[in-house]
Amino acid sequence: MGGNKHHTESFISKYIFSQDHKMISKQFLMTAVFMGVLAVFLSVLFRLQLGWPDEEFAIIETFLGKWGENGKLDTNAYLSLVTIHGTIMVFFVLTGGLSGTFSNLLIPLQIGARDMASGFLNMLSYWFFLVSSIIMVFSLFVENGAAAGGWTIYPPLSALPQAMPGSGMGMTLWLISMTLFVVSSLLGGLNYIVTIINLRTKGMKMSRLPLTIWAFFVTAILGVLSFPVLVSAVVLLMMDRLMGTAFYLSDICVKGEVLDVTGGSPILFQHLFWFLGHPEVYIVLLPALGISSEVIATNSRKPIFGYKAMVGSLVAIGFLSFIVWGHHMFVTGMNPFIGSVFVFTTLLIAIPSAVKAFNYVTTLWKGNIRFTPAMLFSIGLVSTFVTGGLTGIILADSALDISVHDTYFVVGHFHIVMGLSAIFGMMAGVYHWYPKMFGTMMNTRLGYAHFWLTLVCGYGVFFPMHFVGLAGAPRRYYDHSKFALLEGVTDLQLIISVFAIIGSLAQILFLFNFFYNIFRGQKATENPWKANTLEWTTPVEHIHGNWKGALPEVHRWAYDYSNPDHEEDFVLQTTPLKKGEHAH
Amino acid sequence: MIKLLILLVIVVGVIAVAQLAKVYRLSATLRDKREEDISEADTKLQGSLFIVFMLLLFGTTIWQIVRYGYCMPPVASEHGVDYDTLMKFNLYLILFVFFLVNALLFIFANKYRYDKNRKAYFFPHDNRLELIWTVIPAIVLAVIIIYGLRTWIDITGEASEDAIKVELFSRQFDWTARYAGDDGEFGVTNFNTITNSNPLGIVTAEGIKEVIAINDADIAKLNEALAFERGHLLDEEASIIALLHPEDHGHGHDSHGDDHGDDHDHDSHRDDHSDDHGEHHEDNHSDHHEMTAEHKAHLEHRLHEVKEMLASNKVTILTEGSYAAKEDQIYKLQRRNQRLIELESFNFSEDLNAWDAGKDDKLIKGEFHLPVGQEVEFVFRSSDVIHSAYMPHFRAQMNTVPGLPTTFKFTPTVTTDEMRVQQGDPEFDYILLCNKVCGAQHYLMCMKIVVETPEQYENWLSELKTFPNINTGNNFVIN
Repeated sequence: MGGNKHHTESFISKYIFSQDHKMISKQFLMTAVFMGVLAVFLSVLFRLQLGWPDEEFAIIETFLGKWGENGKLDTNAYLSLVTIHGTIMVFFVLTGGLSGTFSNLLIPLQIGARDMASGFLNMLSYWFFLVSSIIMVFSLFVENGAAAGGWTIYPPLSALPQAMPGSGMGMTLWLISMTLFVVSSLLGGLNYIVTIINLRTKGMKMSRLPLTIWAFFVTAILGVLSFPVLVSAVVLLMMDRLMGTAFYLSDICVKGEVLDVTGGSPILFQHLFWFLGHPEVYIVLLPALGISSEVIATNSRKPIFGYKAMVGSLVAIGFLSFIVWGHHMFVTGMNPFIGSVFVFTTLLIAIPSAVKAFNYVTTLWKGNIRFTPAMLFSIGLVSTFVTGGLTGIILADSALDISVHDTYFVVGHFHIVMGLSAIFGMMAGVYHWYPKMFGTMMNTRLGYAHFWLTLVCGYGVFFPMHFVGLAGAPRRYYDHSKFALLEGVTDLQLIISVFAIIGSLAQILFLFNFFYNIFRGQKATENPWKANTLEWTTPVEHIHGNWKGALPEVHRWAYDYSNPDHEEDFVLQTTPLKKGEHAH
Repeated sequence: MIKLLILLVIVVGVIAVAQLAKVYRLSATLRDKREEDISEADTKLQGSLFIVFMLLLFGTTIWQIVRYGYCMPPVASEHGVDYDTLMKFNLYLILFVFFLVNALLFIFANKYRYDKNRKAYFFPHDNRLELIWTVIPAIVLAVIIIYGLRTWIDITGEASEDAIKVELFSRQFDWTARYAGDDGEFGVTNFNTITNSNPLGIVTAEGIKEVIAINDADIAKLNEALAFERGHLLDEEASIIALLHPEDHGHGHDSHGDDHGDDHDHDSHRDDHSDDHGEHHEDNHSDHHEMTAEHKAHLEHRLHEVKEMLASNKVTILTEGSYAAKEDQIYKLQRRNQRLIELESFNFSEDLNAWDAGKDDKLIKGEFHLPVGQEVEFVFRSSDVIHSAYMPHFRAQMNTVPGLPTTFKFTPTVTTDEMRVQQGDPEFDYILLCNKVCGAQHYLMCMKIVVETPEQYENWLSELKTFPNINTGNNFVIN
């Protein structure tokens, strides 16, 4: 990298094919915001159907055309909406968007590096992400509709175009898109790992890394180890679809047609898928936890409680996440003994998670809490992390899973953890590092309104789902009102839909605040939140190489807030130790 | 309802826009106020809102618990009672932690809100505290794991010898139940024997012969379609004419048939023409003048045949793709027949009882019955994609996987009639739902379960007709 040398750049090399980590991070964020808006919109369309199964909505016909004739959502289109909503949210918003944005922005800035180890790979990572996003969105427009077998695309449903229209071209595009996505994710992940290991500035020992970086580090390792397994699953599925192999197919007669397949196993796909799929949950969640650790410490004006325990629990969660995938498969006919092993390993994760939750609460205790919007979202994250994590205890218990598996109980559980907790982490990150990204401030009061509406609506949407699920409502049903079994909870479906619509509209506040202030926002100062980490020592205007002059030298950990040895309630990591002061 | 919704949307929209405008007017007048400087009033408001939110969250949680209760459908199986005890134990526990941690979080957030005259307490770590909240969750989890696994082992244990066997077979989008009949044994099944009248693919000698015959008929039909393909016939006609009258056409034969290529041509006629015809193709390139009279007669005969075929109404016009697809289909049908023949010889040679066991099997769609107080062992199979047999009242669920039979056992404890009295609902019925997304009609794929006294059950069962009849019960009327 050119260091602090200032050289003129063309529009294309600065904004389009940029190799600067700060610009790439903004590119990731913009793409993720677009994908997020789309996925939320899709969810509103199917929530209309679920909340008012007997009504017709003009808006559905307006947007879906032949799939919403007379305002009635087509059953196949419903499944497509659910599938693409899930895929976009899990992969494109919470993996690409969250990790891509904040790993890129913060890793070089917080470890004191001029840029990523390889700016070129970093650029490629974004472009693969963009192309895969475009293909995924495009798949909504093919003749037979987008992939519709659920975001987990279990074969044989996803392997047989005869089984449903969505398993035709839509599914092929889904598989191509995901393959490109994995390439993006691997290029990004390798870069993050190499950068963190090799490019830390003088004095930045691993034990002094901010928790954000630790979280991104563990996340990147998880991604690099697990995403390739998804690719193999996807490639084998493509071969089953296109080349007549039978890795996942056996003894099938579909719609009266006996297929020439024997010897494959549909369960094999599930093993491969969840070997990625479960670490993926933590790939989504860990960066959010890292961001909130940083935000909570900064705004409580207190060191994060138990730094070593926080790092240890990150590593423990990361490790355990590789040996728990079977808990998604308790009712597939898997050997009950193996089920028991997965119960054990899964429930072990509750221990590091509990440590994290209690450490967050203790960080708030006797703090001096400044309610920035980022802080509100981080507190919201802790609340939803606890609430959503607790129901995981029930789902991890194989015996209990029997009756709530694949019901709304599961939907409620993972939406509170991923749809609220991880999204809150992402929001906290955006509000907190916005001044660093765009050099301007977001409006605080709009941020407050956004937070409270989102929190109330978020709980309003996902909390009642536990009751719906306990009552026995299967997920991915087009209409629950047909069964006497579920009569007691039909009003909850309606309440959920109302909250979903209001909550979605509340995001307009965020979008306005976000886009308007890029251009018109109050100019930011260098360190608006009075934080300790290195990114707040860089100039407001972005420059190549991040620091004018030499790289900063680190003398202490990132959490010297309200240190009694110092007058100010924060001490930058670059501040040398006083005489007699011990480094942490 | 929709009007209410639209109204709601408009109201929220108007409020949002008004607020935006207001906020922006305010921030314009307070230009010198920095966004990161949070006023005391704002701090106080946000702190209080956390308390308000906490009360709202706890209040609505308690309201939902009071209004919807335990929520699970009334339990009707032996292990279901243990299941419910375990579930309630876990629910109480997590509710306790939910209230405790959320309360601490929100109360701390309000209590320690910003005060410029105060400095936070520097408290980076405390090993004893951290040990406490590592060890206590570990102990609680050990209890949960041990308790949970004991129940799991009970539920998934082997079924007893005298358990009643019921097979549930799924396909898009219905269920079929199969009872073993008097011999207590299910007939062998094989997916190659599936036909419209035998959806489960139960193997019988007659069944195998029938399917082979159907396949042979299909193969013959496909072969005919290929033999009468117009493009191929025209090519052949032209090439025969070229052979018979070389002086007119020279090597004209080459200019035809480019569409398909000679190999292809050769292949497609293999089935219905004699070998010497094939040789004639190879002869194409040899010297035309040495053609024997016999050969010539043969060619003329064939030419006549081809012309008649072209004139008949059986002529088909196929694209290259659909021609290849038909060939592929023939190949697959031949393979299927081969497998059926293997199956037949295997079953004859092994002299298995199971060979005949299928004859008294009883199949029913729409509803199935279970006797109260007797253990039932289910075998689940699937025809096409993964489905899941979900019986919420019995706390039972198992996926049905094509090519991989799965099992689950339970003992029903309450008859449908007793449950109707208990629930005060004369319409009450147990239900089997599909709980793995399987296509467009996934949400309608259900079946009625009737639990009755053993006598009633025996009566019902004895009245069912045996295979190949398929009985139909009264399913729920949906839509």
